[in-house]
Amino acid sequence: MADLSINFAGIKSPNPFWLASAPPSNSGAQIHRAFEHGWGGAVWKTIGPPVLNVSNRYGAWHYGANKMLAINNVELISDRPVDVNLREIREVKRAWPDRAVVVSAMVESKPEAWHTIVRQIEDTGADGIELNYGCPHGMSERGMGSAVGQVPEYCERITNWVASVAKIPVIVKLTPNITNIVLPAHAALQGGADALSLINTVNSIIAVDLDTFELVPSIGGKGGHGGYAGPAVKPIALAMLAALGSDPTVSGSGKPISGMGGIGTWRDAAEFLLLGAGSLQVCTAAMHYGFRIIEDLCDGLSNWMDSKGFTDIDAIRGKSLHRVSAFQNFDLSFRAVARINPERCIKCNLCYVACNDTAHQCIDQIPNSDRPQPTVREQDCVGCRLCYNVCPVENCIEMVQEPSGRTSVTWAEIGQSEPAVTEDWEAMQRYRSAHGIEIH
Amino acid sequence: MTNALTEQFPPLTTHEALVEANRCLYCYDAPCTQACPTHIDIPRFIKKIATANMLGSATTILSSNLLGATCARVCPVQELCEGACVLGSEHKPITIGRLQRHAMDHAFNHGLNGFLKPGPATGKRIAVIGAGPAGLSCAGELARRGHHVTIFEKRELAGGLSTYGIIVLREPVEIALAEADMIRQLGVDIQTGVDIGRDITAADLQSQFDAVFLSVGLGASPSLGIPGEDHVLDGLDYISRSKLDPASLLPGRSVLVIGAGNTAIDCATVAKRLGSQQVTMIYRRTEREMTAYDHEYSFVKNEGVSFEFLAQPVRVISENGVVTGLACVRTRLTPHPEPIEGSAFILPADQIIKAIGQNRPSIAVLLGLATERGLIGVNADLETSTPGIYAGGDCIRAKGAASTVMAVQDGKLAATAIHNKVMANG
Repeated sequence: MADLSINFAGIKSPNPFWLASAPPSNSGAQIHRAFEHGWGGAVWKTIGPPVLNVSNRYGAWHYGANKMLAINNVELISDRPVDVNLREIREVKRAWPDRAVVVSAMVESKPEAWHTIVRQIEDTGADGIELNYGCPHGMSERGMGSAVGQVPEYCERITNWVASVAKIPVIVKLTPNITNIVLPAHAALQGGADALSLINTVNSIIAVDLDTFELVPSIGGKGGHGGYAGPAVKPIALAMLAALGSDPTVSGSGKPISGMGGIGTWRDAAEFLLLGAGSLQVCTAAMHYGFRIIEDLCDGLSNWMDSKGFTDIDAIRGKSLHRVSAFQNFDLSFRAVARINPERCIKCNLCYVACNDTAHQCIDQIPNSDRPQPTVREQDCVGCRLCYNVCPVENCIEMVQEPSGRTSVTWAEIGQSEPAVTEDWEAMQRYRSAHGIEIH
Repeated sequence: MTNALTEQFPPLTTHEALVEANRCLYCYDAPCTQACPTHIDIPRFIKKIATANMLGSATTILSSNLLGATCARVCPVQELCEGACVLGSEHKPITIGRLQRHAMDHAFNHGLNGFLKPGPATGKRIAVIGAGPAGLSCAGELARRGHHVTIFEKRELAGGLSTYGIIVLREPVEIALAEADMIRQLGVDIQTGVDIGRDITAADLQSQFDAVFLSVGLGASPSLGIPGEDHVLDGLDYISRSKLDPASLLPGRSVLVIGAGNTAIDCATVAKRLGSQQVTMIYRRTEREMTAYDHEYSFVKNEGVSFEFLAQPVRVISENGVVTGLACVRTRLTPHPEPIEGSAFILPADQIIKAIGQNRPSIAVLLGLATERGLIGVNADLETSTPGIYAGGDCIRAKGAASTVMAVQDGKLAATAIHNKVMANG
């Protein structure tokens, strides 16, 4: 059994799975129940100034027959008074000393307001504070949430207000609604953050109703962008996590990152860990299936770690980060071609039509006794991998590495050694013919 | 036990249909479409269900097969589209028949937004004999091309076997009648209770119409040729009563069904579901030679019907006009079934039904048409030996299994040939 426990910027929990600051962590009763199910920690739903919520606050994107590939919401921060939340936080922490209890907060952009909330949170015995700089709706219109997260200077300044008084770890939660995630991360670290977390929800409009022409969900006839979350955002979250993990300033700071955004299974969790997450936060999956999902999150992760010979979370954390690179560093001489296993092929011809209509026209229909057999013309295959992706049969199409006959070279290297090739088509054509690169 | 007189499968719910439609891979050059005798673009209609374009789904089906609602229910899908589904290799082909029914139900409940309308009038008059699937399909396709079509149907209701011969478990009468009504809405005049030779002569047909399509199906059940046969119920009659006048069918306690084709299986199913305690099918050969589809055979075994193979009826036993049993002998296959001497035995029964096929249609003789194996002979255009007279459906099915979908395709092909011919004639 692998040891799943973590120590995240000094915050300890028996496993890396925390409920994210969201509806599942709205009350002490819910978090008690979550901890009974085995969650390692919880980030309390953001406490802060008074709010009023609306009905029809969640929209969802259903893809095909699959429900809730993503959810979006216009729910605000906790609509329960701060003192009620503080009392329950204290009770939960007293009852569950081994679990991580982190409190998300968001207050007016004034130093006194932040100092007050920090002292109140610390007084409960909570393990850490998460600064909500991500909420993309409602609070941002009041100058909080993503209104802070999207401006690195604000982000740094407020982080500094908090960090200068806080005795417990301060986590800054970043909004993905920004062009370059690295800039607010730098600002947060500059402001004194002990850790980062990402991603908060993504700006989104889920749908338009084709009968009423209203947005979905319709709030008394109106709608607007809400925070997008769930399985659909995982690739965005992974990219941002990797961007921070491979940024020298962030990784050099040694400050851990709590990863979230679309984690629903232990497999997702393992990917976040491999790209450097030090703890994992989960919301939508719990909202879809309830707290019981923690069982397989832990069990699956533990079994996978055992099968790979990893004994603790640190052994896998960031293990794939050195693989994160950029196009200019990719080996242009690397060659892979698709190969279809006729024994496994069910002849649905999805590879054929995809290649023929939208890729590189290198799959032929070879006449057969039964139905024609799609077959890759390997000399013409550019290795685009579209057929591999559309094939519905497991282990039917594989991408096979083939020698290209060329020495390894990257775009960056060509740019250095033969800059004209990168600027002029004629030079490029000469380069191609010199290196036997034929594009049909 | 489910009711004998309601459709076996409930309609798919919207959610079930959505899940199933999304499971479809949307094959390119799909084998299901190739396997469908009417070449319905199956992946296309299924994807339209997945996108909630139900009208588009229904019109995709109807543009290839006007009897999509019947075919959705009665097609031997295991042998055709579903049998060809590439997901069959994972043992779970798409339930194409039920999805097609889902789309067609939607069309009947919500209309077709003018999709089916008669073409610009050509002034050509076509007679169709028989309002079964082949006739309705041919008439509908001709009407869509602007021809004036009159169907002459011998029986009281249109629909042919869909109305009279498919047990309710598979297709309720209402569906068959609604389908015939759809053809009527194309401007086709369906005259029922009209018998060729009695109410209208062959000469009338040829003089009053530019072309004739024969879709008369098959004739009555042949005789068993055994003493006491007048006590034996006719299988097709038994089924049509179960559909149109179920109250008139009194279930026997112990029922024997003579024959082992699909109709025999249907009779046994109805008898069992009407409450007969013991239902036994009697066949001169073995299960290997049965003409019923494998899935029908499995179905009826699950219904609790038993079988008496290698048995040949020789005499109906009755007391005071009431059936008490059937005297039989054992047979052996040589490979023809030969009675074994001294092997006589009696199967007790209070009801005996025969379903041993149907006679050849008599209209070929009436019209002086060339025949093939007793059925109407046709060329590749489905034209008979008399120019201008075409035929399709069971009455030409000299080879291969007769089925509704084949009849629908015959009607379609004949309509094209008739159209080309009458338009070429100017």
